[in-house]
Amino acid sequence: MKKSVCLYFQVNQPTGLRLYRFFDIGKDSHYYDDYANRTAVKKAAQNCYLPMNEIILDAIKKTKGKFKVAFSISGSTLELLDRYAPEVIESFRALAQTGSVEFLCETYYNSLASVGPESEFKLQVMKHKEAVKAFFGVEPVTFRNTELIYSDSIGAQLYEMGFKTILAEGARHILGWKSANYVYNNDLKEAQKVLFRNYSLSDDLSFRFSDRNWSEWPLTAEKYTNWLESAEGDVLNIFMDYENLGSHQGAETGILEFMKDLPAEVLGRKTLDFQTPSEIAKKHASVGEISVPQPTSWADEERDLTAWLGNELQQEAFNKVYALQEKLSILDDAALWADYGHLQESQNFYYMSTKFFTTGQVERKDSPYNTPYEAFINFMNVLSDFNIRVNNAIAEK
Amino acid sequence: MRVLMFGWEFPPHIAGGLGTACKGIVEGLAANGVETLFVMPNASGDEDQSCTRILNASDVAVENVSSTVDEFLDKVKFINVDSNIVPYVDPDEYFEAIERMKKEKKTTTTIGFGQKFKFSGKYGANLMEEVSRYAQVGGTIAMEHIDEFDVIHAHDWLTYLAGIAAKELTGKPLVVHVHATSYDRGSDDMVDTRVLAIETRGMQAADRVVTVSDLTRNIVINRYHIDPAKVVTVHNAVDFSGRENLTVERGVKDKVVTFLGRITFQKGPEYFIEAAAKVLKRTKNVRFVMAGSGDMMNRAISQVARLGIADRFHFTGFLRGQDVQKMFALSDVYIMPSVSEPFGISPLEAMRSNVPSIISHQSGAAEVLKYALKVDFWDVDALADDIYALLQYPVLAEFATKQGFDEVNELKWNGACAKLKKVYESLV
Repeated sequence: MKKSVCLYFQVNQPTGLRLYRFFDIGKDSHYYDDYANRTAVKKAAQNCYLPMNEIILDAIKKTKGKFKVAFSISGSTLELLDRYAPEVIESFRALAQTGSVEFLCETYYNSLASVGPESEFKLQVMKHKEAVKAFFGVEPVTFRNTELIYSDSIGAQLYEMGFKTILAEGARHILGWKSANYVYNNDLKEAQKVLFRNYSLSDDLSFRFSDRNWSEWPLTAEKYTNWLESAEGDVLNIFMDYENLGSHQGAETGILEFMKDLPAEVLGRKTLDFQTPSEIAKKHASVGEISVPQPTSWADEERDLTAWLGNELQQEAFNKVYALQEKLSILDDAALWADYGHLQESQNFYYMSTKFFTTGQVERKDSPYNTPYEAFINFMNVLSDFNIRVNNAIAEK
Repeated sequence: MRVLMFGWEFPPHIAGGLGTACKGIVEGLAANGVETLFVMPNASGDEDQSCTRILNASDVAVENVSSTVDEFLDKVKFINVDSNIVPYVDPDEYFEAIERMKKEKKTTTTIGFGQKFKFSGKYGANLMEEVSRYAQVGGTIAMEHIDEFDVIHAHDWLTYLAGIAAKELTGKPLVVHVHATSYDRGSDDMVDTRVLAIETRGMQAADRVVTVSDLTRNIVINRYHIDPAKVVTVHNAVDFSGRENLTVERGVKDKVVTFLGRITFQKGPEYFIEAAAKVLKRTKNVRFVMAGSGDMMNRAISQVARLGIADRFHFTGFLRGQDVQKMFALSDVYIMPSVSEPFGISPLEAMRSNVPSIISHQSGAAEVLKYALKVDFWDVDALADDIYALLQYPVLAEFATKQGFDEVNELKWNGACAKLKKVYESLV
C-alpha cells in the first residue's frame, strides 16, 4: 500500500479589535479595526491565498485529481474574505469543485470554546458546518480545532456531533515512542480516528525552508520528497498555517516554486500518493488508541494551552467572556451573538500572554499591542460595553 | 580589577539619587571581585566602607605635579561661579537652594597650590568652583595612588573634570557614567551651556561612556555626538535588602492614584492632571495625589482649579523620609508620566511597596520593567485608560502588583556590575 501524504492548510484571519478606550464604553459599540483588518486580509490574499490557490488548482488539473489537499477556513475568516476579498472565496470554490480538496470543520470563530462551555462549543461547530456548506456546497466530516487543540474528551464531544476523524498535534509528550505516521483512535471513542501532525516534516516547510542557516538549505522538492519516501509509517501528516506559503515566508524565498514542483515530484514516486484526512481515515485502520487526558495544541515548545490561558489576565478575560453565555442564551439578537463570537477569537487571549517575557523581551512583535496589559485593558473595555448591551437587552425583554 | 572612582556624594548624607546609585555600584562591584577606591568631595566619616575605601578630597592638598597638568588646571580653575548652576538630578532642596543662593554674595577665587580646600559637597552657590577644585584634587589623588587602580570611573558631570585630570596624569583609561544629561534637566533652549561643555568634554575624553538606559545612550550619541561604539548601557538597579513595607491605616475609602516627584517640566505633571480629569468624568470613587514640589507647582494648582477637580485632587508638598513610604502605602496606582527620564527609580520603589505603576515610554525604567504599564507621556487618553483599568479590573491590579513586586526584587546591582566589570576589562 502506498504511503499517504496528507497536506492540510489552516486559513485564519483574526477580526482585530480597534483601540477601545474606557470613554467609549456605553457610547460606541463598534469594536473592530476595519481598516487594519481589511489591509491584513488583502495582503494575505495577494501574497498567499490567490497565488497558492492557483498553484494548487493547476496541480490538480495536471495530475488529473491525484494531487489532494485539505483546508480549514474559520467562519470569521470567511466573513472577512467575503467582505474585502471575494475573489479569494471564488478561488476556493473552484478548488472545491475539483473534488480533490477537503474542507474541514472547526469552531466558527477560531475560538477556545472547546475548553469553555460545551453548549457554546457545539453552537460554533454547527455554525461553521453550515457556513462551509453554504460557501462551498460540501458537508465537512473531519474536524480540526483551533490551534489543533485536542484531548480525549474534546474528541468524544466531537464524535457525538458526528465527526469520525480529527486532527491533532503529534506532541512528543503524548506520543512518546510512537510515531505520528500511523492512524490512531480516540481513547474514549474507538471509532474516531485521530491524525497526528508530523511536526518535523511540517516545520521543514513552514519555518526552516527560508532559514539560510539551516544545514539543509536550500530545500528542493526532490530532496523533500526523498525524506517523505524514506519516512516510516502509513501516513505523513503535514499540517501548517497556509500563510507560511507566501506571506510569512515570502515568494522571494522560493516557497511558491517549491509548491509548484512538489505534486509531480511526489506522484512520480511509486511509494507515495496524496490523500485527504477523511480518505486516510477510510483507507487506514487504527493501530491503537492514544490517551490524551490534558488538552494539547501545536503552539510553542510546551504544546499546551499556556499561550492563551497561561496567566491570570488571560484566565480572567476568558472566564468573564464565558460567564456571559447564560445571559446570552435567552437573547435572540444577531448583532450581539456576532460580537460575542468575535470576542471569543483566540488571538484576543494570545495577545495577553506574558510567556515571551521569559526570553528577555520587553515588547513583542507578533501583536498589535505593545504590551500584554494593553491587550487586556482594551479587551476588557470592549467586554464592559458588551456587558452593558447584554444587560440592556435583557431589561428590555 | 581595581577602580579609582570619583563621586559627589555617598550615603548616609545625600541630596539626590546619585549617592544611592554609587553605593549600589561599589557594593555590586565588590560582589563581582572589583575593588574600588571611592573619592568624594566631603566625606563625613560615617559612610559605610565595607565594600569600598573612601578618600575625602577635603583632606588632600593640591600639588604642583607636572607642567602639562598645570595647563589643564589653568583651563578649569577660572570658571566663573557668579551665577546659578543647574545641579545634579533630583535634589529636592534645589528649589530652596536657589533662593538661598540669590541672597548670598559670591566671589571668584583662584587656587593656591599646596592648600587644602574644604568642599561642601552640596549643590550650592559654589558648585562650579567646587567642580574645578575637585578636578585639581582629583589629579593629585590619582598620582598619590597611581599603583592602586587600573581604571578611572567618574559619575556625572560634577566629577568629569576630576576624571579627566586623573587620566591625563596617569594615562589610565577613563570611564564616565552618565546618570543624567543637561537635556533631561532643561528643555532645549534652557540648557546650561557651561554644564554642557563639561559633559561634552568628559564624554569625549572618556574611553567608554556608560549610560543608565538606552534612552540616555541615544541622547549621548545624538546630542553630544559621541561615537556609538564607545557608549554602553548599564541599566540601574536598586537595593531593597532589609526593607519592610509599611502598613498604614487609610482615612478615605476611595482609591488613591499618586504622582510623586519634582513638579517640573521634565516630570510631566500636567499630563497626570489631564488624565485625572478624564478618569473623574467617568468614575467618582477615586482621588488623585500630587506629592512633591517644584517650579511648576503653582501652574499645576491652577490647572486643577480650572478643570474643576480640586475636590478630588490633592497636593501634599515635598515629602521627606518616612512620609514617602507612607504615601506609597496609601496608594493604589503610581504614575510616572516623565517627558524625559534617564532612568527613574521611583516606580521601582512603588512596585516594591505593592503599588502597580504606569510609566512613560520616555523613561529608562520602561526598558527593564516588564510588569509596569507603559504609555507615551503625551498620550493622556492612554494614561487615563490605564488608570481606569487598574481601578476597575481588580485582576489586572493584582497581577501587576504581584508580578511587579517579584520583578523589582530581581533587579540587583550584582547583575548590572557584572556588565560594568566587562566594560573595565575591555579597557585594560
